[in-house]
Amino acid sequence: MAEIGALHHSITRRRLLGVAGVGALALTNPSWAETTIDLPLPSGPGARPITTGFPQKGPMILQRTRPPLLETPFEVFDKGVFTPNDQFYVRWHWAVIPTDIDIGKFSLTVRGHVNQTLSLSLNDILHGLPSVQLAAVNQCSGNSRGFFQPRVPGGEWANGAMGNALWTGVRLKDVLDKAGVKSGAVQVRFKGLEEPVVADAPHFMKSLDIDHARDGEVMIAYAMNGEQLPLVNGFPLRLVVPGWYATYWVKMLNDIEVLHEVDTNYWTKVAYTIPDTPHASIKPGETNVKMVPINRMVPRSFVTNIASGHKVNAAAPTTLRGIAFGGDCGVASVDYSIDRGQNWRQAQLEKDEGKYGFRRWQTQFTLPSPGKHTVLTRCTNSNGVAQPDTPNWNPAGFMRNVVESVDIVAA
Amino acid sequence: MFRNFLPAIVLLGVASMPFVARAATPFELKSVKIDLPDSDRMFPDGPGSDTINNNCLACHSADMVLNQPALSKQAWGAEVNKMINTYKAPVAAEDVGPIVEYLNGLKGAK
Repeated sequence: MAEIGALHHSITRRRLLGVAGVGALALTNPSWAETTIDLPLPSGPGARPITTGFPQKGPMILQRTRPPLLETPFEVFDKGVFTPNDQFYVRWHWAVIPTDIDIGKFSLTVRGHVNQTLSLSLNDILHGLPSVQLAAVNQCSGNSRGFFQPRVPGGEWANGAMGNALWTGVRLKDVLDKAGVKSGAVQVRFKGLEEPVVADAPHFMKSLDIDHARDGEVMIAYAMNGEQLPLVNGFPLRLVVPGWYATYWVKMLNDIEVLHEVDTNYWTKVAYTIPDTPHASIKPGETNVKMVPINRMVPRSFVTNIASGHKVNAAAPTTLRGIAFGGDCGVASVDYSIDRGQNWRQAQLEKDEGKYGFRRWQTQFTLPSPGKHTVLTRCTNSNGVAQPDTPNWNPAGFMRNVVESVDIVAA
Repeated sequence: MFRNFLPAIVLLGVASMPFVARAATPFELKSVKIDLPDSDRMFPDGPGSDTINNNCLACHSADMVLNQPALSKQAWGAEVNKMINTYKAPVAAEDVGPIVEYLNGLKGAK
């Protein structure tokens, strides 16, 4: 895939633009992308390399090398409800990502509309505050964007820009209380260590309302699945905003600013906004729509043990297994249909590892006749919200959560 | 992977609480130093390929663009203008037209 002949040109360009020096650049060995996968995106292109070239990461679908966009191969989700750190998806906005982090020098600043500005070391955070753990799904706002029709520009993900981890860290509330939030605070803004290549481009920052930030659930994680975060997943600290899209889960978090005015920065006010309509859905080309910042996640469910096109025995029971999540609350039920939605039956839910996490489900059925069948799955969450029958559409490709289907051939 | 944690966990025992447990184990972090891989992939040769290679690859690798679906010329123009106006890509005015033409030729909606 990479062309050796282009190397000199690439290095020259880099030097001219002054990009070198931003962390060590490993010169590409063309063999680091070993195999390819064909994602079933309507009208393509679906071919992507599977890469093992990223440190601390296993095989990942390469969507973009720099800044990294790495998708979790979907079969990983069949292994269990916790997504392994080395195959947890990766998404960065800017290319200047520190690649050398000294835990003795790193600090987290808490400033702004507070009684006392804090500069917390990692030791302060790990040993000076109560530790908490929480299972939660981290899902890109644009997960499944590649399935939008008409297609929209952006990271052309299939369904693997999501993962579930057991996060360990401290409550954001405890950190804010330590600094002492002054009355009149309205939002809290979060910034990490990533920087744009072009100096005057907008630094990536996201804000939460003050009551949300202090709800006792939002946390600052220093571990996922019992281990420190891989660097590309946000080492050493990452904000965890249970039930909300991953755009708020700021990686390499090193700056917390309490605001007494509503944040107007680009990444909160303009980017990552959705139509203020049911399912954030509009008609292609529709204009003059009120836009609001993306926020709570919505329910989804997936079959993980059978891929479309799979053949099963028509005379014998078929086991169907998958994962579901409620979005901003737990899973109430997962239903499936083998007759295109005329009849729905409940699947069995397995152990609840926490309302914000993945929930495993499974069932068995016997297909009534040989030939092609479609299996639909639908999650209803504990707030009574179910996945819709028809896909949503918006120009950014956000919040897809249509009922999923898998085509099976019985013989 | 997180099994090491479990023996030291004290269950809160309140089912409705999202925090399933408190970790009592001392947890230590280790410094990290890695090299991220880079891509040498260039845009396919053609009219305007030098212009797009020289203007666009400083901030992102080419694969991002090559993985996009076919888009209208208007949509490609909007993407290029977003890079310039919002993300401050230093693209000379005379290069904008050739970049949009190149993208439309490579991945224009037919």
